[in-house]
Amino acid sequence: MIEIENVRKSFGPLEVLKGIDLTVQKGEVLTIIGGSGSGKSTLLTCINGLEPIDSGRIKVDGTEVHARGTDLNKLRTKLGIVFQQWNAFPHLTVMENVMLAPRKVLGIGKAEAAAIAEKQLSHVGLGDKLDVYPSRLSGGQQQRMAIARALAMSPGYMLFDEVTSALDPQLVGEVLDTLRMLASEGMTMICVTHEMKFAREVSDRVAFFSKGVMAEIGTPQQIFDAPQNPETAAFVKMTQN
Amino acid sequence: MFSYTFQWKQALAKLPLMLDGALVTIEIALLSMAIGIVLAVVLTGFRLSNNRFLVAITTTWVELARNTPALFQIYMAHFGVASFGVHFSPYVSLLIGITFNNAGYLSENFRGALKAIPDTQARAARSLGMSAVQAFGYVVLPQMLRIAFLPMTNQMVWAILMTSLGITVGMNFDLYGVTQDLNALTFRTFELFALAAVIFYVMTKIIQIGARLIATRLFRY
Repeated sequence: MIEIENVRKSFGPLEVLKGIDLTVQKGEVLTIIGGSGSGKSTLLTCINGLEPIDSGRIKVDGTEVHARGTDLNKLRTKLGIVFQQWNAFPHLTVMENVMLAPRKVLGIGKAEAAAIAEKQLSHVGLGDKLDVYPSRLSGGQQQRMAIARALAMSPGYMLFDEVTSALDPQLVGEVLDTLRMLASEGMTMICVTHEMKFAREVSDRVAFFSKGVMAEIGTPQQIFDAPQNPETAAFVKMTQN
Repeated sequence: MFSYTFQWKQALAKLPLMLDGALVTIEIALLSMAIGIVLAVVLTGFRLSNNRFLVAITTTWVELARNTPALFQIYMAHFGVASFGVHFSPYVSLLIGITFNNAGYLSENFRGALKAIPDTQARAARSLGMSAVQAFGYVVLPQMLRIAFLPMTNQMVWAILMTSLGITVGMNFDLYGVTQDLNALTFRTFELFALAAVIFYVMTKIIQIGARLIATRLFRY
C-alpha cells in the first residue's frame, strides 16, 4: 500500500504540490491526469524518493520514504519507475540493460539474471532483440525495454511517468498494450498519462490534478462521464475533442 | 659548402641501444597515463563536488598543467622540489612531471565527456536501486571513457613525446637520453636523431592505430 499524507513540495518559490492526500491499494491501477505543471510527475518522483518533500509523509508498505533512516536504494527495488524519456543505457545490450540492476543491486547470479531478463523481455515482446544495442531499437521498443528493466527487479509497484509522451504516434499503441497487459496481470500501478482512452479503460480510479492540488478522484465513469469539479469537466471536455 | 658525409651504418649499429631506451620511454608514458587517469578521475570528482577547497585544488592543477610549459612542470618536479630538500631521481622527476601534465589535461577531457551524458542516465540507474557509486561506476563511467577515449590516445602520444624533455633533468636511459649520449660519443648527430625521430614516429603511430582497433572492439554500440 502506498499512503500519501498532506505532501507539499516546492521548487524555489513555486509550490508544485499543495497538500496531496492519496492512498493506493495493492493491486489497484490508478491513473493521474491533468495539465502540464499540475504536479503529477513530481508526485511520482517523490514517491520513490528521487525528490525530497517539504512536508507531509509518504509511506510504501509502511516504510516512510523520506524518513532519515530509510534505505532508499532498498526501497526503490520495490518501486519500478519508467520515465517519459526511457533512458536506455547505450553502452549495454538490451539484455545487459535488464540484467544490470538485478545483478548489482539484488546480487543475483549471472545465469539467473539472464533468465529473468529473457523472461521479462519476451514478456514485453522483445524476445528477439536480446543482444542488440538500444540504438538499434525504435522509441517504442526502447520504452518497452525500460519497462522490462524495471520489472526485472520484481517490484511491488510500478510508476509510469507519461511513458508515451515522447513517442511517435504510431508507437504509442505498443507501449500502451504493454501497460494494459501488466494491469490485467494485477500489477499495482500509478500511471501519469495524457492518454484519456487508455485511462478510462485500465483504471480502477482516476485522479485529476490541477495546480498542485488533487481536484477530484473517482472511478473512470465518474471522472469522464460525470465530473463534479468544474475544472475536471473543462479538462475532460477539452481533451476529448 | 655541404661536406657532411652520412654514416648511417654507425648510427644503425646503435639501434639496439636506442630500442632499449625506447622501452623505457614507453614504460614512463604508460605509467604516467595509468596514474594520470586515476588522478584525473579524482580531480574531476573534486570539481563536481560542492566543496570549495576541493574545487580549488582541481582548478589550480588544471590551470598549471595546461598553461605552463611541460618543461617547467618537469623542471619543478626535479630542481624545484630539490630547493626544499626533496631529491628525486631523473626517472621519477620525469614521471611526476608528465603525470602532472596528463592528469590536468585528462581531467578537462573527462569533465567535457561527463557534460555530454544526460543527468537522466544516473537518475534512471538510481531509480533501479543503485547507489550513487554504482550508478557512476556501471552507467556513467563507461560512457565517459568512451567519449574521452580519443582525447586519451592523444594524451598518450603526447606523453611519449614529452619524455624527450627528460634530458633537461639528467635523464639518460630513455630514447632521447640514450640518443643524446650516443651523439656525444660519436658526433653522428643527424643520423642518430633522425633514427630517434623514426622510432618516436613508429611508436606514436602504433598507439594511434592500436587505439582505433581497441575502440572498434570495445565500443560496438
